[in-house]
Formats: sequence, C-alpha cells, structure tokens
Amino acid sequence: MIGIVSYLLFFVTVALSYGVAVLGLNVQWGAAGLFNVGVAGFAAVGAYVCAWITAAPADSHWGGFGLPIALGWAGAMAAAAGVAAIVGAATLRLRADYLAITTFGAAVSLQLVALNAQTLTGGPFGIAFIPRPFSALADQPLAFAAANCALVVVVTGLLFVGLERLTRSPWGRVLRALREDEAAAAALGKAPATFRLQAFVIGAALMGLAGAMQAQFFGFIAPDNFLPAFTFQVWVMLVLGGSGNNFGALLGAVLTWALWTGSGTLVSILVAPEYQSRAASLRVVAIGVVLALVLLLRPRGLVGERPTVSRGIG
Amino acid sequence: MIGQILVDGVTSGAMIALGAIGVTLTYGLLRFANFAHGEFATWGAYAAMVIAAALGGAGEPLGDLTFGWHMIAALLGAVLLTALLAVALDWLLFARLRKQGSAIVLVIASFGASLALRSALEFSFGPQPYYYSREIAMTVRLGAGMRATWDQMFVLAVALALMAGTHLMLQYTALGRSLRATSENPDLARLAGIDVARVIKITWLLGGGMAAAAGVFLGITVQLRPTMGFELVLPLFAAAILGGIGSVPGAMVGGIVIGIAEAAAVPIAGAQYRAAVAFVVMLAMLLLRPRGLFGAREA
Repeated sequence: MIGIVSYLLFFVTVALSYGVAVLGLNVQWGAAGLFNVGVAGFAAVGAYVCAWITAAPADSHWGGFGLPIALGWAGAMAAAAGVAAIVGAATLRLRADYLAITTFGAAVSLQLVALNAQTLTGGPFGIAFIPRPFSALADQPLAFAAANCALVVVVTGLLFVGLERLTRSPWGRVLRALREDEAAAAALGKAPATFRLQAFVIGAALMGLAGAMQAQFFGFIAPDNFLPAFTFQVWVMLVLGGSGNNFGALLGAVLTWALWTGSGTLVSILVAPEYQSRAASLRVVAIGVVLALVLLLRPRGLVGERPTVSRGIG
Repeated sequence: MIGQILVDGVTSGAMIALGAIGVTLTYGLLRFANFAHGEFATWGAYAAMVIAAALGGAGEPLGDLTFGWHMIAALLGAVLLTALLAVALDWLLFARLRKQGSAIVLVIASFGASLALRSALEFSFGPQPYYYSREIAMTVRLGAGMRATWDQMFVLAVALALMAGTHLMLQYTALGRSLRATSENPDLARLAGIDVARVIKITWLLGGGMAAAAGVFLGITVQLRPTMGFELVLPLFAAAILGGIGSVPGAMVGGIVIGIAEAAAVPIAGAQYRAAVAFVVMLAMLLLRPRGLFGAREA
C-alpha cells in the first residue's frame, strides 16, 4: 500500500516537472506562436547548471559547490534564460520554421557538448549524487515522496497562477495580437522583436527549471535524458492538452506521462526481457501516432484556447 | 592533408546534397520544414539491405568495389519504395493537415513522423549497425597524397549524375517547368492549367527517391544505423538554407560546402562535434544572408 501511494506521489512529481516545461512551451507557442523544437536543450542547461550548483564536489565533473537547492533552481532558470536570450536575439526575427530549425540545431549542439565536454559534464556518464530535496526524510519513503510531491505541486501551482495573470495582462494581449496579426500590432506601436524575445526567454527559463527539478528528483542526469525525444514528449503534452491553455498544458502533461509510464509498465510485464529495448521503440512509434491523430482529429487539443476578453468588455 | 579533407568532404557532401534536393523542393513548394526527410534516407538504406539479402547478398564484387549487381538492383528497388513511402506519408498525414491550413502544424507532425519512422526501424532491426558487404574496400591513390576507396568514387559519380539529371529535368522539361512554376506561385500555376496535386506528388517521389539514394550511399561508404538519417537532418537543412530555399542547384552546392566544412572541422574540433558544424554554418548564413547563396526569396 505504502509502495503504491509513494509510487503515485512520485508519478505526480515527475509528471508536474514535465508540466512546468509544458507551461514554458505554452508561453512560447501557445501565447506568442514561437516554434521551439529545442526544449530538451534548455532543460539540459537547467539540469546541468543546477547539478553544478547543488552537488558535492567530485572529480568526474566541473562545479559541485554544494549550495542550497533553491539557489540551484534559480541558477538553472537564469542560465536557460541566458541561453535563450542569445539564441532568440539571433533567430527570432526569422520566419517561424527557421526558428524551428535553429532551436533544433541548438539543442543537438548542446547535447553534443553535454556528451563530449567530459571535464565539465561528466561526459556520457553524466552527473550522479545530485542532492534531493528533503533528503533528511529519505529513510521514510512515504513522507519523503509526499514532501517532494507537495513541493512540486506548490511550485507548479504558483507558476500556473502567475502565468494565468500574465496571459490576461496587457503583455499577454500584445503577444496574442502579434501572433494573430503582426503588422496590425506593430502599427499600434508594439515592438514585435522585444515582446517575442521576452516570451521566448520566460518560456526557456521554465524549461530550465523543469530540467533542474528532474535532475533533483532523479538525483542523476546524463546526456541521454535530453535527446530530441524529450522535446517531442513536451510537444505531445501541449498539443494533446490544448495549446494556449495553461490548464490544458498541465492536463496534457499528466495524461501523456500516464500513457508513457503505463505503456512502459505494460511492456515490462508482458514482454520478455531480451525484447524490451525493442518494445520500447514501439512506444515511441505509438506516441508519434497519437500526436498525428490528435493533430488530425482534434487540432485544438482536449481543452483548447479559451477566448480571452478584457475585463469590462466581456 | 587538405586534399584528403576535400576528397572526404566532397563525397559525404554529395550525399547531403542528394538529400537536400528533397528538403528544398518540399520546403519551396509546400512551405514547411520537413523534419522527417532524413528518415527517407534511413528507410532507403534498410530497404536496400532487405532487397540485397533477398537476392542473396551484395553480389559478386564488380572490379575493386565491395559489391556487385545485386546491390545496384537493391539501390533501384530502394529508391522506388522510398519514393512511394514519401507519397504515402504525404497522403496519410501532410495533405490532410494542409487542408486545415496551418503550415506550422505540419512541422510538428513531421517531427512526430520522424520519431515514429525511426523507432519502427529500430524495432524491426535493433540498434546495432549493419554493413551491406564484408569485402575489404580497395583504395585508389589520386595523387598529391589523396586517396579514396573505389566505393567512394562510385558513389560520388552516381550522386553527381543523379544531381545533373535532376537539374536538367527541372531546367528543360515541361514537368520541370511546371514544378518550378508551382514553387514560385501555386495559385498562378493552377490558373495556368498546371495540375498542382500531380506536381506535389512528383516532388515527393523525387525528394524521397533522392534521399533513399543518399541513404544507400551512406550505407555503402559508412554503415547502416537507425539514427543515420536523423543525424542527416541538420546537415540537410543547413545545405538547403545555405543554397537558398527552393533552389535545387543551391541545395547541391550547399550540400558539398557542408560536407567539406564537416570534414575540415574534424581535425580542428574533433569528430565528436561534427554534427554541430552544420548548425554553426547554417546560423552564420541565416544571420548574414538569410536568403542563401542562390535564393530569390527573403527568409
């Protein structure tokens, strides 16, 4: 019983850490229409920076300052935002699909650095022994899982409320206006480049935070965690839930993660051990098909964007 | 040293160029960046392996090559099958999404299609590498310290011939003219009586077939892996952007340039950063001259 409950708590913890990345993507794509295919890259930056800041010193990688976890999360967000500011300043003025290609390229290049800059990142072996929040409770599994889950629920909740306010604020309105009709918004004196860069940087900071949270909850990161499949998962979560809707983003994250881990559990029960890595690739096929079906049959996702009207007009 | 970089760069660049033809054509015509294009190369390479195995191996080696007529038959079969796969994917997925109107949704869909296609191959053949032939590749001295395998020479010659053929077809036949006209302005082309649906189908056939040839050539000169095409995606886009989106001669030149840049970067940055080279070249091009070397259209 305790096993099942703490498993469920851990499930929610991980699903919501993905949810934070999906919220970030929703700021970029849902609100501003910025097509980022490099989610994994920003999450990787966050995860590694957080590991450097919080882990104990080690010979296998750089950093290891042993600082508090809150500092690690703040550092992760700042670093991912910084990388996004550079990538965005260079590419946001280009057409949407060029942004897609360049963010994809940036993520691939960042993953290569994580894999090969061994003295910084530990290379293919990654960084282990990243301190987990509430490690004082580690000998009581249930309390430990509950505390971690509560932490991620609170953080996600705060982000949700904040983003909801932001979406309804004049700032969010400008973003949607730019997304729908750039020329008209520009004619009203809104600088497209500035607003887009802000949305891109905020979204990337959330992706960095998601990477840091996962590093912390798993206690271990490796370059393999940040392959393009990660980006794809986050996209499926947003598209399934309904882009442009923060609640949809979180709903999509939980549902997709349930499908993903559920099919994984099914595979490990039903499939003989020697075929399991092959069966794992079938799961990726399945998730690709799910995405295609959602795009074809229900392009707005489960929830979809609600029309937002200013107070006093609606 | 520099000569050898050129030999290796031009050979791998020719394969990038073959794949980039399809990227630039579909991008120019349908206005979307197809992330699944690299998978056509992978599927082509594996299709050729299956066909060759059905024929009983790569065949009695021709001269100093590592393969024989079986492999050439397999190449033709793979090109045909992959061309059909490309048309089928368009019919199943992209054409339906085009009707919904948003071009950018196509990019997400192609990203999903790419992962699904790649994982399906990984499911069928496993992650381990394959080779068409276990023969030892004979090298030929080209003078000035340059050497290449006969396989490389063969691949380069066929790739250049395919590119020349594509270029002549686009430039001088009625089909080529209607293709270029549709890419320039689909509505006007339709008014002029061009069957746009047929042009789109032929574009996929051509792009898928050329990518399959590139995949088979990669399989001959390097090896087959489920990720081989996915690792091509960035070089393919880089080549298409470098040459100017929509320009087939541009994609060819862009491919060769990327190939040489990758080969030249290996002694400087190490082979492990090879994949980042295409990204750096592409980023520089986008910042300095977004419409590419030969592109007419502003990015």
